[in-house]
Amino acid sequence: MTTAGEKRGNGIIGVLPIALAAALFVFFFSQISAVSRFGPQMVSVPWVPALDVQLAFTLDGLSLVFALLISGIGTLVMLYSNSYLAGHPQYARFALYLTLFMLAMLGLVVSDNLLALFVFWELTTLTSYLLIGFGHESASSRRSALQAMLVTGAGALALLAGLILLGSVAGTYSISGIIAQGDVVREHALYVPILVLILAGAFTKSAQVPFHFWLPNAMAAPTPVSAFLHSATMVKAGVYLMARLHPALSGTEVWLWTLTILGAVTAVFASVLALRQTDLKLALAYTTLMALGTLTLFLGSDTEYAITAFCTFLIVHSLYKAALFLVVGCVDHGTGTRDAALLGGLARAMPVTAIAAGVAALSMAGFPPFLGFIGKELKYAGALAVASEPVLVAGAVLVANALMLAVAGVVSFKPFWRPAGGALPDTPHEAPWPMLAGPVILAALGAVFGIQPDLIQATLINPGVDSILRARGEAKELHLWAGVNLPLILSVATFILGLTLYALHGRLRAVLTRWDEAAPHFDTGWDRLLDGLKAVASWQTRLLQSGVLRRYLLTIFGALFVTLAWTLYARSPGIPALSFPDLELKHWAIIALIIAGTIEVALTGSRVAAIAALGVVGIGVALIFVIYGAPDVAITQLLVETLVVVLIAVVMLRLPHLDENRRRDWRPRDAVLGAGVGVVVTMIVLQVLAQPLDTRLTDYFEVTAWPEAFGRNIVNVILVDFRALDTFGEIAVVLIAALAAYALLRTTKEEVEK
Amino acid sequence: MNSLILQVATRYLSALLLIFSVYMLLRGHNEPGGGFIGGLIGATGFVIYAIACGTAEARAALRVMPQNIAATGLGIALLAGLFAGVMGDAFFTGQWLFIGASGEDKGLPLSSVLVFDIGVYLVVFGSVLTLVFAMEEEV
Repeated sequence: MTTAGEKRGNGIIGVLPIALAAALFVFFFSQISAVSRFGPQMVSVPWVPALDVQLAFTLDGLSLVFALLISGIGTLVMLYSNSYLAGHPQYARFALYLTLFMLAMLGLVVSDNLLALFVFWELTTLTSYLLIGFGHESASSRRSALQAMLVTGAGALALLAGLILLGSVAGTYSISGIIAQGDVVREHALYVPILVLILAGAFTKSAQVPFHFWLPNAMAAPTPVSAFLHSATMVKAGVYLMARLHPALSGTEVWLWTLTILGAVTAVFASVLALRQTDLKLALAYTTLMALGTLTLFLGSDTEYAITAFCTFLIVHSLYKAALFLVVGCVDHGTGTRDAALLGGLARAMPVTAIAAGVAALSMAGFPPFLGFIGKELKYAGALAVASEPVLVAGAVLVANALMLAVAGVVSFKPFWRPAGGALPDTPHEAPWPMLAGPVILAALGAVFGIQPDLIQATLINPGVDSILRARGEAKELHLWAGVNLPLILSVATFILGLTLYALHGRLRAVLTRWDEAAPHFDTGWDRLLDGLKAVASWQTRLLQSGVLRRYLLTIFGALFVTLAWTLYARSPGIPALSFPDLELKHWAIIALIIAGTIEVALTGSRVAAIAALGVVGIGVALIFVIYGAPDVAITQLLVETLVVVLIAVVMLRLPHLDENRRRDWRPRDAVLGAGVGVVVTMIVLQVLAQPLDTRLTDYFEVTAWPEAFGRNIVNVILVDFRALDTFGEIAVVLIAALAAYALLRTTKEEVEK
Repeated sequence: MNSLILQVATRYLSALLLIFSVYMLLRGHNEPGGGFIGGLIGATGFVIYAIACGTAEARAALRVMPQNIAATGLGIALLAGLFAGVMGDAFFTGQWLFIGASGEDKGLPLSSVLVFDIGVYLVVFGSVLTLVFAMEEEV
């Protein structure tokens, strides 16, 4: 990034995405009253009517919360990126990816059809791949992008299978239709496979242990991308899916235990690792994992407290996490480093950033009067309401929250208010206003909603909880002060534990680093997995792709022989009676011609003779077409035969002479295989002819060709009219084959010249 | 191939084959023929020319890269198919225009089907020549 470039800016390309995101946000904002008063808003457009796929969109409470977060944070992130990447030579590309991602994500959360949802799901995977790999010059970016795509893509395959099973069990792909009949799904024999497959998709997308490792690596993306995709939106797609299908799938032991245990493990595991990081962005990435774990944990339950906690924490987390990521971007931009050990004393040079960071971090740490505090109280209430293991769950939440508090201090307090740990690469300076707008607005919202929880209670929380629990008025009230109760006591315990951890974090980090380095890593395991895959691929390629044409032909015809012979044997229809109708002399002549040609091909020692003899066989076949009234086919056959002979004659100039000795060794085997295939194919043709020919289609074409398609040549009418789409596919194949052959010939030629 | 007889004869033969290929293309809807056969015959004309006078001269006579001809043909076929969509029918439904039709006499029939067949002709023609020229140059 050059200074001149920074001054130049991005022009209209930078402004358009901001305007689009803002317009979408205004639209969704205007829907709040309709949704909270009248329930879900639906729109439906037929898409693939033959498969009963519709572009059906539903905006209910849950979708609306997500849509507002996506478009709102999207607007701020676009604004931010326009300054952060000002004058970047590939900004247009970046803006396009980010906009596409936002649209895909919005499509995902408002989709009312499982298959449409899946398409949007994969679109977010693709755009995320492009965004993580945006700095494609660096090998680690490319690796991270590929890793993210492979992990989430593999999960998505499982998800697709799960969604198809779910659709077939419920008898509809409409999401609103499926969640209306949860009992049918839960009692079905396929419930567990459906659950496992869908959760595999959701867990990979939302980076639950053991699929978590791609998320910290995804921080290779530019910071605004991390803020948008890998904290506030995309990683929540998995959580969204679980919440969306909650009415259809929840309420069983499997659901409860899988989500509770994996969610709790992820939350604790991630918050411990978060404290170990010195890179601010990585520390935030791990706290994102913690948040995703907590959200999953709450979805395991179906009590009102847990679901209210889910909705509240979803909003709390998106607000403070996006704000903090953007703050880290500002710090990086202003100082040239993100190393927590180096950074310090930035409050004087970057006052606005410091305040925004502080407010967001207080919400993250769960101090009153911020929304984070309410979120935390509800988390404890929700955890205690998890009927099966309240102590275990509440304990996990307590540990995770305390660690979060410590991380919040490391990320947002220390760099600004404590003395610096070393020399900074750049002299600290405040970021420009478009980069401050995001953190300030998001942090402020965290405070405003905390003081005035009524602002989101009726508008967002209640409709959101209602759409997950499929009932009205189930949501719990959000209070700053709910009296002295168990959650409050746990909150106080969190503060004490968290502050202690923060005070000790330097020493803790040293210990954790030692443990972490000793423990086996998922990331290295991933590398080994990929290496293994590549090894298997090259092994089987060496095995199957010998590069010897003769062996390929042998394999193809061997396989043909075995499958056909086995089918014939298994179906065992008996040998049909051979009958020779009265053949005329011309028929016998053609048969003799073909047989003579075949024998010459098999016996000759000269390539030219073999090709010419093969041409004779082809001409014999063409004559048969002529006799039986298929002149078009005959002409084509003749022309193709001619061209093939010409082509082979051209190629033959380059081939060495036939090696008589080697060829003779092969011949008996080739003869046996050739005779075998010939016999089997003949048997099958006879079997086919033994059946009465179904002439319905032929009759139809004969009757309709002239009156409806105005053509007397039925073959041509079929090609260009009745079956025009097939023909189009065929000519596309012809073109692709020609281009591929051309490319291959050209490549080898250049290699030879080198 | 340095055969003067072949070279002289080819100049007439190629021209005849090209004219014949267009004839086969146009009669295809009612008599044996059509875009596929026409394309093969047309390509044969240039293949012979390339054998007699060399690939470089054949390319020069063709003026356009054969792969471009094939790609254009695919585009024409696609447009002919999409045209039906514009007219409100399912894609690839034939659209007909009879100029000067009266009673039983259908006049001069023009159709999207013919345009589609011209696309097929160009794809086959271009693809075969792409392959043949590349192979001959390889040798």
